[in-house]
Amino acid sequence: MAERAKSITKKIGSISFSLLSPNEIRKMSATKVITADTYDDDGFPIAMGLMDPRLGVIEPGLRCKTCGLRVGKDKCPGHFGHIDLAMPVIHVGLVKSIRDCLRSTCRECGKLLLTPKQKEDFIQELKKYVTEGRDNTYLLKQIVKECVKSEKCPHCGREVGKIELDKPTSLRENGKKLTPSEVREWLEKIPDDDLPLLDIDRKSARPEWMILTVLPVPPVTVRPSVTLESGERSEDDLTHKLVDVIRINQRLQENRDAGAPQLIVEDLWELLQYHITTYLDNQTSGIPPARHRSGRPLKTLAQRLKGKEGRFRSNLSGKRVNFSARTVISPDPNLSINELGVPMEIAKELTVPVKVTTHNIDWCKKMISYKSETTVDNEDYIPSVNYVIRDTEGMKQRIKVTERNAAEVAEKIEIGNIIERQLMNGDITLFNRQPSLHRMSMMAHRVKVVPNKTFRFNLSVCPPYNADFDGDEMNLHLLQGEEAQAEAEILMKVQENILSPRFGGAIIGGIHDHISGCFLLTHKDRKISYDYASHILSAVKYEGKLPKVIEEKGKKYVSGKDVFSTLLPDDLNIEYRSKTCLNCDVCTAPKCPYDSYVIIKKGRLLQGTVDENSIGAFKGRVLDRIMRDHGMDAGREFIDNVTKMGITAITLFGFTTAIDDEDIPEEAKRQIAEGLDKAMKKIRSLVKAYENEELESLPGRSLEETLEMEIMRVTGRARDMAGEIAGKHLGLNNSAVIMAKSGARGSMLNLSQMSGCVGQQAVRGERIHRGYQYRTLPHFKKGDLGASAKGFVASCYKTGLTPTEYFFHSMGGREGLVDTAVRTSRSGYMQRRLINALEDLKVENDGTVRHSGGQIIQFIYGEDGIDPARSINGNAVDLNRIIADIREGN
Amino acid sequence: MAKEIEKQQFDIMNHDLVPLHIIVSDDEKNELFNKYNITPDQLPKILDSDPVSISIGAKPGQIVKIIRKSHTAKEAVAYRFVIESNE
Repeated sequence: MAERAKSITKKIGSISFSLLSPNEIRKMSATKVITADTYDDDGFPIAMGLMDPRLGVIEPGLRCKTCGLRVGKDKCPGHFGHIDLAMPVIHVGLVKSIRDCLRSTCRECGKLLLTPKQKEDFIQELKKYVTEGRDNTYLLKQIVKECVKSEKCPHCGREVGKIELDKPTSLRENGKKLTPSEVREWLEKIPDDDLPLLDIDRKSARPEWMILTVLPVPPVTVRPSVTLESGERSEDDLTHKLVDVIRINQRLQENRDAGAPQLIVEDLWELLQYHITTYLDNQTSGIPPARHRSGRPLKTLAQRLKGKEGRFRSNLSGKRVNFSARTVISPDPNLSINELGVPMEIAKELTVPVKVTTHNIDWCKKMISYKSETTVDNEDYIPSVNYVIRDTEGMKQRIKVTERNAAEVAEKIEIGNIIERQLMNGDITLFNRQPSLHRMSMMAHRVKVVPNKTFRFNLSVCPPYNADFDGDEMNLHLLQGEEAQAEAEILMKVQENILSPRFGGAIIGGIHDHISGCFLLTHKDRKISYDYASHILSAVKYEGKLPKVIEEKGKKYVSGKDVFSTLLPDDLNIEYRSKTCLNCDVCTAPKCPYDSYVIIKKGRLLQGTVDENSIGAFKGRVLDRIMRDHGMDAGREFIDNVTKMGITAITLFGFTTAIDDEDIPEEAKRQIAEGLDKAMKKIRSLVKAYENEELESLPGRSLEETLEMEIMRVTGRARDMAGEIAGKHLGLNNSAVIMAKSGARGSMLNLSQMSGCVGQQAVRGERIHRGYQYRTLPHFKKGDLGASAKGFVASCYKTGLTPTEYFFHSMGGREGLVDTAVRTSRSGYMQRRLINALEDLKVENDGTVRHSGGQIIQFIYGEDGIDPARSINGNAVDLNRIIADIREGN
Repeated sequence: MAKEIEKQQFDIMNHDLVPLHIIVSDDEKNELFNKYNITPDQLPKILDSDPVSISIGAKPGQIVKIIRKSHTAKEAVAYRFVIESNE
């Protein structure tokens, strides 16, 4: 608090933008700049040149000739200079206002082209707008429109000319070009009284200031020159541009003073205009951008501010931060989903400030004395202190703690000092992976310091971050204040984010091996040996009642389902279909022969296989129920235990997949070939029917479209048929099938493409038809409409594709790649616009949605006031559940 | 006049997509301001030239209550402050 009281905070009352008058520019100028050169042969800045020491200094140690300050400690901010322009020049950023001023005033007398009555009316109207605080842009446009209507000046009777703007910087009256000098003379005549009607505030600007007669030269600190390794000096783009301006300005002056022909003077004048225009904005449409010698366009004033890499988006809205780390990520199944493994080297660098009090002074002293500089992996991590901040007589002292001075510093520590303590186990940190597309992209984790050099976390947390371990890197941010730590703990911890606000279900759950493992453990009447069961239960640190032990032939066994049941809370009652459910015509639910109907009573798994529909993210019913009934802590514990149990089980049982998982018997291969043959024949007969004009077109389709649709249907069916035959020979004793059926990874379609038939390739939803004239590849006859000529791949991945099939397959594959590339950039921009529109909306305590200005957007959030993360598929209450509970009498 | 005739020929208030608009009484107005602790300019706006405003005769300074069908709640109530249009 004391920290904050010292820094005076002020609220910005208002901001006003105004134009610099030529006088102001001269007044603030430290020097006039007349020489286009920067440094002389000895490397000293030339006086009255662009690097004049009066404009500020950039080399450390040198003193500024204007204020006498140095770069380092006292910090000379730099000082503006100026260039006197030989001829006036139009400012590109203001041409539109200049045009409107010329259009609405008389060239002769400078007065507004309105009758006194009209003028008075508009003034009254404007006043009304101001008092009501309404946007007056529309009215101001009306004033210009009204002025343009008049043909003669109502004051002096001069005929009104038609003003046109030739982009970017030239103006014409009745087709005759106006020079900037003429424009300036005209604008000078406009009386102050008329300015408010032209949207000009007399206090901040005069219209003639929109024409430049003096150009401010920004301080050297704004455009520092860099010395390259070779000793060469390299100037900033702005300096380059200013050199051009000064050079042309000088030539213009000399030519004009020497009385050169009008034509030459005008050419130089135009050139000066070009240079000043590009100096202000190098992307002005209608003129070629000024380029560097290498051909790269120069980055001038407007470019410094604009766009993604500009000052606003890159330096003001977003900044680089301290107390952060970035490294490669890797998995660690033994960590809780809330934990994060942080490498020792990072832990020793990152610090948290701790205030020394009477309660912790001894602890602080001990912490400091632990200091050691060497980092040895596998050694136990002992956190220490990197800096001690002492506040003696208002002077802040920052002492670095080293191995040598540790004892001394520890002794001298006082109450009120601040120590910067190294990262410790249990610290709350924020962990983030870009692109941060939703709020789960940045979650709070508890630190666990680990050896080696990567961040480590539980595999279940991959989906919300969309992370994998093929070299992904992630960022870590350390929270510096107690308030921030508490807030992150309550709102941002991984366990608080298990339920997604997108649909009110879990987005963190078991994946891959966790699902396969639980499947193996619980499928049908799996009995596992007593030893294995003890092993699995010890992995999840189970301390409850021992599951029922079955004795058979002198050996002790435990049912797999009972082992899994140890993780379930005692009051869990639920019935549902598992992922392996085949959706039989007649469901024999309670006695499913495939063990696909899950029944859990009083926390015991009586029947059914645990798979993706039980513990997976998005659809895990058991997971979902535990989260709802027992809260986030129980949910976290369940996920931690289920992942550990799944992995331990799968490790004990052994699980492997290889290419022979896709082997099918010769008989099946024959059947598939036969089926494909039949499909080919069918297609041939369809094509023949089409050629003989015997094909009957479907309603609303042309003959060609009908043929295409029919063929697509036949090829689709052929692939399904191959998949079915292959699937029949791939049973649940096959690892690949177990993964596909339990929802751990892959699908039956993937398998049938590997062992049956890949199927029709498509580009833009149609069979492949482009390539050569009337055919896709020169291997086919012109006009061939058959299956193989249009991208049907009859082979399977395992036997391999023929060259033409391979080519078609890559065409289809390429389309997929292009689609994802296009989609990411498009959806990224869409999201940016959406976020910019919604960023300052907030739900207030009274349930209304308001923006930062207090305007009400919604009277109740979402019109029903429901937090989607706590909803049940978007509904406030789960009626089905309530009815079911009442029926069961719970 | 033309608008009057049009109104008689085709009443937009009967259209399926136009929700119910009611001009709020002074009592209800104060109640609303107290409930949300707001001034009228913090409410969403509706122009007095809006076809609905013309149809129900809402004048600047008044507040209209709008009862809409909602996907989430069955009915949603919103209020709009009537303002003068630029034209």
